[in-house]
Amino acid sequence: MKLPAPRGAVSTALIDLLGGKASTLPRTPVPDDEEDLHLALFVCYEMAYRGWDGVDDRWEWDPELLRLRGALEHRFEADLHALAGPPEAVDPATVPHRLTELVSADDGPSLSGYLRGRATQEQFREFVTHRSVYHLREADPHTYVIPRLAGRPKAALIEIQLDEYGGGVEPKMHQELFKRTMSWFGLDLTYGTYVDAVPAATLAANNVMSLFALHRRRRGALLGHLAAYEMTSSIPNRAYSNGLRRLGGDASATAFYDEHVEADAVHEQIAAHDLCGSFAAAEPELAGDVVWGARCALAVDARWATSVLDSWAAGRSSLRE
Amino acid sequence: MSSTIIPYEDGPLIVRGDFEIATPDGTPIEAGRTTVALCRCGKSAIKPFCDGTHKAINFRAGTDRVTPAPR
Repeated sequence: MKLPAPRGAVSTALIDLLGGKASTLPRTPVPDDEEDLHLALFVCYEMAYRGWDGVDDRWEWDPELLRLRGALEHRFEADLHALAGPPEAVDPATVPHRLTELVSADDGPSLSGYLRGRATQEQFREFVTHRSVYHLREADPHTYVIPRLAGRPKAALIEIQLDEYGGGVEPKMHQELFKRTMSWFGLDLTYGTYVDAVPAATLAANNVMSLFALHRRRRGALLGHLAAYEMTSSIPNRAYSNGLRRLGGDASATAFYDEHVEADAVHEQIAAHDLCGSFAAAEPELAGDVVWGARCALAVDARWATSVLDSWAAGRSSLRE
Repeated sequence: MSSTIIPYEDGPLIVRGDFEIATPDGTPIEAGRTTVALCRCGKSAIKPFCDGTHKAINFRAGTDRVTPAPR
């Protein structure tokens, strides 16, 4: 994917470095704002996924780049602590129950309700544009944790991921299914095309996954994040599907959402009990991180949903100009 | 053919292994995946499969065999 346009001092320095227009990074990076912070983090993290056009892959492990990334992560983690509270010690045996409680107490704004009943075609198209940054690499962040697990939690994660990747059948991969929805809206299917169009809140929802995925010490949080996603998916996805049908979407357009209603009804059970429950039993000192990861997932997504709904309520686009 | 059916707390029955799902007249119901969740609360809109509605209706059920007290 093409390097995005910078949004402030730090992302400018970073993109200039990767693009060969500069040779150093700031020693103590101070992002101008959330847009600058999250774009810079996103650019760093993408080196560990599919990389940037024309950028040497060796930057992924460059010490100077990792130092910059670490400083930005420090800020993001402070933000997560402020948003979702710090991790707390948790009795490992209570993890599945706590995840269920957390999800049922989630009071995030009902973006799904709006999309089902009221969104215009243009607003739904914006929603799909935001989500494309993640859905075109859906499941990839959580795959990073597979070699860090053993036994039952590993088997449970594989059971979920197999479904995410369509059982190894390309057209059934969720990443591919989403392209059908994007096609119906006439969107560009190229991976990462809309990074420039989405605001910091969208990038943060992606960055939190990468933060947890790329650090082995955050493996508990990554599993909690996955569980929160799987456990809050079936019912909203039915709403998305109904909303898209209301707008005239055909079976191909809604296939991604219809698949998630059924798949995530399976995944939520596996994620809460077989994955997070057995992981917490195997690594009890990380039980609190599992719950914290779920709290972060819900909080970061709620902040994104609020920003989208606020934009629409004010009669604006939720995307960047 | 061997399969396992596990009731999950307050949730569906998860079925794994080699299995076929069919209507009473024998017409196969395509599962579409190797592990499926069968509705246990009775309120799913995509029966026989689970669609997560059990959470919305506060469905409660344990994971073991229920033995009612004698009447």
